[in-house]
Amino acid sequence: MTVPGEINWHEHLPVLQVVVPLSGALLAAIVREGRLAWLVAMIACWAMPIISIALLTQVIASGPISYAMGGWPPPVGIEYRIDQANAYVMVFVSIMAALVMTYMPRSTADEIRPEKHGWYYACFLLCLAGLEGMLASGDAFNIFVFMEISSLSMYVLIALGSDRRALVAAYQYLMIGTLGATFYVIGVGLLFTMTGTLNLIDIASRLNQVEHARPILAAMAFIVVGLGLKIALFPMHLWLPNAYAFAPSAATAFIASTATKVAVYLLLRYLFSVFGVEIGFEATPASGLFLTLAVMAMIIASTIAIFERNVKRMLAYSSVAQIGYIMLGIGLVNQAGLTGGIAHLFNHAIIKGTLFLAIGCVVYATGITRVASMAGIGRTMPLTMGAFVTAGLGLIGVPGTAGFISKWYLVQAAIEAGMWWIAAVIVISSVLAVIYIGRIVEIAWFREPSDRQVRNPPPEMLAVTIALAAATIYFGIFTDFSGGGAAEAARVLFGGYPR
Amino acid sequence: MTGAELITLALLIPLAGAVGIAVTGRFPNLRETVTLVTAVALCATVLSILPLVQAGERPALDVVSLFPGVDMIFRIEPLGMLFGIIASSLWIVNSIYSIGYMRGNKEQRQTVFYVCFSIAIFGAVGVAFAGNLLTLFLFYEILTISTYPLVTHKANAEAKASGRVYLLILMGTSMMLLLPAIIWVLVEAGTTNFTPGGLLVNTTLSTGMIGLMLALFIFGIGKAAVMPVHSWLPAAMVAPTPVSALLHAVAVVKAGVFTVVKVVVYIFGVDFLATSGAGDWLTYVAGFTVIAASVIALMQDNLKRRLAYSTISQLSYIVLATAILTPISMIGAMLHIAMHAVSKITLFFAAGSIYTAAHKTEISQLDGIGRLMPWTMGAFAVGSLSMIGVPPTAGFISKWFMLSGGMESENWVAVGVIFLSTVLNACYFLPIVYRAFWRAPSEQDNHPPAHGEGPAPVVLALTITALGVLALFFFPDVPLGLAEAMMAEEIAR
Repeated sequence: MTVPGEINWHEHLPVLQVVVPLSGALLAAIVREGRLAWLVAMIACWAMPIISIALLTQVIASGPISYAMGGWPPPVGIEYRIDQANAYVMVFVSIMAALVMTYMPRSTADEIRPEKHGWYYACFLLCLAGLEGMLASGDAFNIFVFMEISSLSMYVLIALGSDRRALVAAYQYLMIGTLGATFYVIGVGLLFTMTGTLNLIDIASRLNQVEHARPILAAMAFIVVGLGLKIALFPMHLWLPNAYAFAPSAATAFIASTATKVAVYLLLRYLFSVFGVEIGFEATPASGLFLTLAVMAMIIASTIAIFERNVKRMLAYSSVAQIGYIMLGIGLVNQAGLTGGIAHLFNHAIIKGTLFLAIGCVVYATGITRVASMAGIGRTMPLTMGAFVTAGLGLIGVPGTAGFISKWYLVQAAIEAGMWWIAAVIVISSVLAVIYIGRIVEIAWFREPSDRQVRNPPPEMLAVTIALAAATIYFGIFTDFSGGGAAEAARVLFGGYPR
Repeated sequence: MTGAELITLALLIPLAGAVGIAVTGRFPNLRETVTLVTAVALCATVLSILPLVQAGERPALDVVSLFPGVDMIFRIEPLGMLFGIIASSLWIVNSIYSIGYMRGNKEQRQTVFYVCFSIAIFGAVGVAFAGNLLTLFLFYEILTISTYPLVTHKANAEAKASGRVYLLILMGTSMMLLLPAIIWVLVEAGTTNFTPGGLLVNTTLSTGMIGLMLALFIFGIGKAAVMPVHSWLPAAMVAPTPVSALLHAVAVVKAGVFTVVKVVVYIFGVDFLATSGAGDWLTYVAGFTVIAASVIALMQDNLKRRLAYSTISQLSYIVLATAILTPISMIGAMLHIAMHAVSKITLFFAAGSIYTAAHKTEISQLDGIGRLMPWTMGAFAVGSLSMIGVPPTAGFISKWFMLSGGMESENWVAVGVIFLSTVLNACYFLPIVYRAFWRAPSEQDNHPPAHGEGPAPVVLALTITALGVLALFFFPDVPLGLAEAMMAEEIAR
């Protein structure tokens, strides 16, 4: 029993998830000085995995947690609702943030002018707070607010890139991102008009009583397109390659492994929990649409990646293709497919994180991002490029790596659904990945190194990169979290909200 | 130690060896010591499992659950035992050979070479001991990836081009055909565990579907090099000879045909496939490969390429013997995995010895070389006879069983193919031996620098394997016993 007046921290974990990075951001902005701000950010970022893992264990042990913001019970007040689906995503988002934060100080010092460091770390934390808020909140409008927080801070992160084209990239994303947020909020508005509530569970339970289906379907269309822009669902991905290419290395790694994943989670939440399979998929051509777009992403974006000259853009197009895999899992609308999709959220976060961090090391050591200039780099930086290749194998989906686990589920789901051609597309796209990763391998190992000066990347950058590469292997063999956790999340989402 | 512990040990030893080699890379003598010690330790471990398997035990190890219903699991049955023994024992000989070859040719980046070699052996042992399709697939891919740096060891344009062919064909076929086939098996049967008598017996697949599934497996297992997925093997010849010898005559390619035999016996079931008739087409595809590869081999002047095409042809012997689907021919197939391994590694050793001592790669340059390198060419002759199937060499034993199987089931196509290819084998091997011993060296070779035998470790290694070829003719008990044990288990079901 708690004594009145005493705060029981345990109960407030859901909101701490947002409060910690938010106050960290404030503090970092106040101290301004680079190193001190980093220290603040570091503490905040490492507190996050502790909170999210505590939440996950709590949810597994005793079911979903409902947290009434400010003591106002839902549906009147804002509800934070944690179940196995969003707790799962929270865990890996917070771990990625902590790892990238550990990695980034010297990479940042190298790429960004010193007086901006404080702002940079503050924006990083703001972005993290926004993402965590989008995950934790059970209120449609509150989600929009957090979406804006994360997006606005992300525009800043991208614009801080050392290349001047970063400004254009940030502007591009600003335009498209705002469009996405607007679409989302229009959809929410329609839902509110029809159901008179903003609480997601409440919306779900009232949808059955709504007489006119058309506004509901329109709302769904707006929300799907709005989130599709955030996800960079093909062909709404145009902002992504430049944003990834010109943002600072560490920011790219963080955004690539978390931001689109959180948007995918929201899409899943709306489609499966709020609208439910009946409205979401049976009354609409959503399934066919997702499958078509996913297949196009997997083939077209992978093909573009093969011909990209800038390695960060190559990885960005690869991301668009990988998002295709995730959408494929959603479009198949069965348990195995959804498991595969969610597992791929997690697996791709680790894999793409490793790849971008490895490229960050290369940029630190040599300053190059052009594929052609990477000649011989495998010989001069064996550890970094070893990590790169390991993660690359994960991207291809070689057995024994995390990428294989998700692809297995997806192929299995396709065969169960009787869609052999989807299974074929998955493997063809894997072979395309062999080509674009193989191209880097050939250049990095078969060309003679130039006599350019190479700095050794600092130990913490190497350590984080290698640790994540090792995680690619670990989660390919020990699948309790990557596969089992995803299966649980899929089960929770498939079940929908209690009505 | 229990069977499970021995399996763990057999998997960990080559991995530990790889780490040890990497750490000691700066001291070549120490590094080579690590390689040899690792190889001997692995072989001893594998051999200590043999009595268990011979006594009818099936040591198993369940590592971890990968997916619901699919574990990473190891289970040693007689065929896997046989493959494990072949790979690990020949690794010792091959390591001795490698030391002579790599130093004799002053190859670059030897540490990477030995590390990748060790990982490749880890892959081969994993394939041999795998207890279900998924585990086998995992190690199959490890084998592909770890041999890529070996194939491209020279790091020149030719190596790069060959590496592309190697990786794209092996990985492409395994992902596009083999993996869907494995998942299909899982969806149909609910498990992928290797089961004596076959896993698909109780399913209701139509004959056409079974044929399709078999095709996915046969062409998905690119390492078996059944035409048209064979072109990676000649491409891989750009690698240093020890790689061609152990990996592209033994570990990698045998992992391929081993997988084919395992799939036929433990997934489809010999009876099931025979009665359904869904595998009849395989006789023709394998038979065609045997003949076509032999004809191509006949036209090659490059010694290693001729050996490579001979390997393609010999691998399809094994597939052909499997396709006959009688117990006797299956025993022949299993024996041929062992017999061909020892014979072909001898031939490659000889080719590498010639390259090291004389820097010759073409057959037309070999006039009179037998007088300068009597040991090397003597061993080559022994290997050649075994390829043709002449007693007293190992090749005779397996060919005997394969022919018996073909005649017993009155599969005259198979019998015809075996006879014809024996003639072709003689046509492309005997001229080399003739040239080496009975033709006079060409004029320019009489001038110095004359050369003698290859380096001592090289000669030692090829002598050991040549003796092995002869010994297996007189003492085929171990492989024969294992093959018979496997078929007895299969029939009993």
